[in-house]
Amino acid sequence: MLHITKLFPGIVANDDITLQLKRGEIHALLGENGAGKSTLMSVLFGLYQAEEGEIRKDGRPVKIMNPNDANDLGIGMVHQHFKLVQCFTVLENIILGVETTSGGFLQKDEARKKVMALSDKYGLSVDPDAKIEDITVGMQQRTEILKMLYRDNEILIFDEPTAVLTPQEIEELMVIMKNLAKEGKSILFISHKLNEIMEVADRCSVLRRGKYIGTVDIKDTNEQDLSRMMVGRDVKLVVDKAPAKPGKPILEVRGMTVASKAHGNNAVKNVSFTVREGEIVCIAGIDGNGQTEFVYGLTGLEPLVSGSIKLCGQDITKASIRERSKLLSHIPEDRHKHGLVLDYSLEFNMVLQRYYDPKFLNGGMFLNRKAIREYSDKLIDEFDVRSGEGSVTIARSMSGGNQQKAIIAREIDKEHQLLVAVQPVRGLDVGAIEFIHKSLIEERDKGKAVLLVSLELEEVMNVSDRILVMYEGELVGELDPKTTSTEELGLYMAGAKREEVRA
Amino acid sequence: MKEKKSFLERPAVQSILAAIVCIILGLLIGFLVLLAINPSGAGTGILAIIKNFLNYPSAPAQMKYLGNTLVKTAPLLMCALSINFCYKTGLFNIGAAGQFVVGSGACLFAALKLGLPWFVCLLFAILIGGVWGFAVGLLKAYANVNEVISGIMLNWIGLYLVNMLLSTVKESTSPYTMQVASTNKGALMPTLGLHTLFSNNKYVTIAVPLAIIVAIVIWIVLAKTKFGYEIQATGFNKEAARYAGMNEKRNIILTLVIGGALAGAGAAFLYLSGYEQWSVTQSSVPSMGFNGIAATFLGGLNPIGTIFSSFFIQHITSGGSYLDKSIYPSQIADLITSIIIYLCGFVLFFKLTLTKGLNKRKEKKS
Repeated sequence: MLHITKLFPGIVANDDITLQLKRGEIHALLGENGAGKSTLMSVLFGLYQAEEGEIRKDGRPVKIMNPNDANDLGIGMVHQHFKLVQCFTVLENIILGVETTSGGFLQKDEARKKVMALSDKYGLSVDPDAKIEDITVGMQQRTEILKMLYRDNEILIFDEPTAVLTPQEIEELMVIMKNLAKEGKSILFISHKLNEIMEVADRCSVLRRGKYIGTVDIKDTNEQDLSRMMVGRDVKLVVDKAPAKPGKPILEVRGMTVASKAHGNNAVKNVSFTVREGEIVCIAGIDGNGQTEFVYGLTGLEPLVSGSIKLCGQDITKASIRERSKLLSHIPEDRHKHGLVLDYSLEFNMVLQRYYDPKFLNGGMFLNRKAIREYSDKLIDEFDVRSGEGSVTIARSMSGGNQQKAIIAREIDKEHQLLVAVQPVRGLDVGAIEFIHKSLIEERDKGKAVLLVSLELEEVMNVSDRILVMYEGELVGELDPKTTSTEELGLYMAGAKREEVRA
Repeated sequence: MKEKKSFLERPAVQSILAAIVCIILGLLIGFLVLLAINPSGAGTGILAIIKNFLNYPSAPAQMKYLGNTLVKTAPLLMCALSINFCYKTGLFNIGAAGQFVVGSGACLFAALKLGLPWFVCLLFAILIGGVWGFAVGLLKAYANVNEVISGIMLNWIGLYLVNMLLSTVKESTSPYTMQVASTNKGALMPTLGLHTLFSNNKYVTIAVPLAIIVAIVIWIVLAKTKFGYEIQATGFNKEAARYAGMNEKRNIILTLVIGGALAGAGAAFLYLSGYEQWSVTQSSVPSMGFNGIAATFLGGLNPIGTIFSSFFIQHITSGGSYLDKSIYPSQIADLITSIIIYLCGFVLFFKLTLTKGLNKRKEKKS
């Protein structure tokens, strides 16, 4: 890709970016949120057309007007959120769209042979007849990789592939990626995680605010240098924090059980624990082990089957969401579903939790637009929320990272004793992560209780004062981040190890 | 980063432009249809529709018939506002037609059978319209029944209930309800001298300014109040509204109750002017509520814009009656006005096309 420039209204998403991918190399693409990584990949994959610049493959200029063109050129992509049909088998998903047929009937046997051959060759173990909904996330990802290989793609784009994996699965993926490169496939690896880039990549290109910063050989660099290139300043990769000084209990959960929407069983089973003021307790676990339902139950989005919740001594088991929100701030897992009204302006989103506050009303009924604007401008400034048009920007048009920052600004600034942060740094860059982690620790140091729900091991180990591991809806371990190792935590998360947890 | 939007990029300008494009296209297609049926009268025919009350040569007559158009604009505007208001919360209140129907039944029954004064009749219409909206809202909020389905069903239930009810107050020799003016003068809405402005057109009552005031109030509620903030948030993203502690079920129901009340009031605005009588043998839901849909979209989903679009649609509808009946069968007038109204519904589509076109041009420039 040479001199790619892509413009959006008000923003230059890619400014004269040149990226060269060699055959058989793993090339990492690193950059902050909104740095233009996704845009660049979308141009390569044919989802957007660049205003300037050209794409060449094997020296020949090519035109990529849509993903089909990309596929014809051997460019494949594993999206961050897998594009698989849940009720189809692995094999059916792999051949979807490129089925070999004879007289209108599927010829699965031939396809199966090819898939098994590929699977052996690259060490991608899958069960071709298992349904997607029944297999692990890691195997789903392998299915996605096989999809690309089945289409004889030579350039493979991995968009933040490790975000959803356990440590063990990440290890396996790294080995697979190296195998693929050895067989002559070229890999573009998008990631925020510096340690993974250091481990697996050959070279790394860095983007910052739409501009190309440079490409470095991994063997000549280190994590600090990379993060400096990405953010433009020195970043602390490990957050400094004083030991926690836990005070009186803020949140007391006893025997909480929440029903599942997906299946007949309970998603959260008899969970009990306490969070005290001045400490950060982290609920760690692999995605889909009941954390979502647990948070719904805690914040009032779903009713409990049984159990009780006490917040600051008050029983809030049956309290409404609004009543709970007086003491509880909630950074939701899904910012588009819960966190934002995407079609509202940024300023309206900034007051989503407190628009009814007399401060923002005239005569109890009319919105005080001036007060709302001032408040929103203040938060934008304090939390460095970047957008095209400031307070009046429609939330939908903002980058994911800045949407997240807006939510965090709103929830932290709001009156609360307990902050529930669900994957607060999902999809954010190191600069923003540093900021958010610092904010969480500041909250703690102010004597607030913080409950962090996270899938990211590094975050769990770095930020929390106490770790509770959730596996299949139960708490299976309580760990101290100072004395435990990532490997041990991984074993608990995978359900290989467990102990009784008492409140 | 802050960039001043060019004139053409402003949403208000785009809405108005798109509305004008729709109107022109509608008229053009209407003209083509007239041309296809009988070329000789097409030119004068389409002009007659566009001119409406201006077909009369004398100024007093023009004013009188302008008054007639306004009398029917008021209820149309109310129906349009009902749909507009609900649309802002993500609800498509096609039941406005039925809420209009039950409102008609309620106010006429109160006026003719119970002999109540106009404001009580109006209140009856508002209440019953609200109840009809409440039924839709309840089903939507608690049983997740699509409001379009329940709305349409309630339209028909309402129509036949009202036909039954008003059979008790119909003229003995016709299928029409008794005249309000001769049965219960106190049930007519006051004119406060407005009729003198329109060559003593006694049908022009305070309903006309009232409807405009309601439009302004609705605009204020939506744009400026806490309640407007809540219901629009619910409309855009129900989950986020719930997360923010809003009572989204209550909001859905309340919105439809208000929508129903608006449409019900619209019915009172028409029938308490004495301009029309209800035919108890009618077997189709009056088009007022459905035309309201077109008026809402043509008005760019803005209550203020809806004032003008309602007038235009009523203007065209009334204008249809001036089509030369010796050249065109009488249904043609309805057909032409329907085509124009139908095209008005495409306003969002044109707005989108316009925006896309602008973006393309901008991209090319840079």
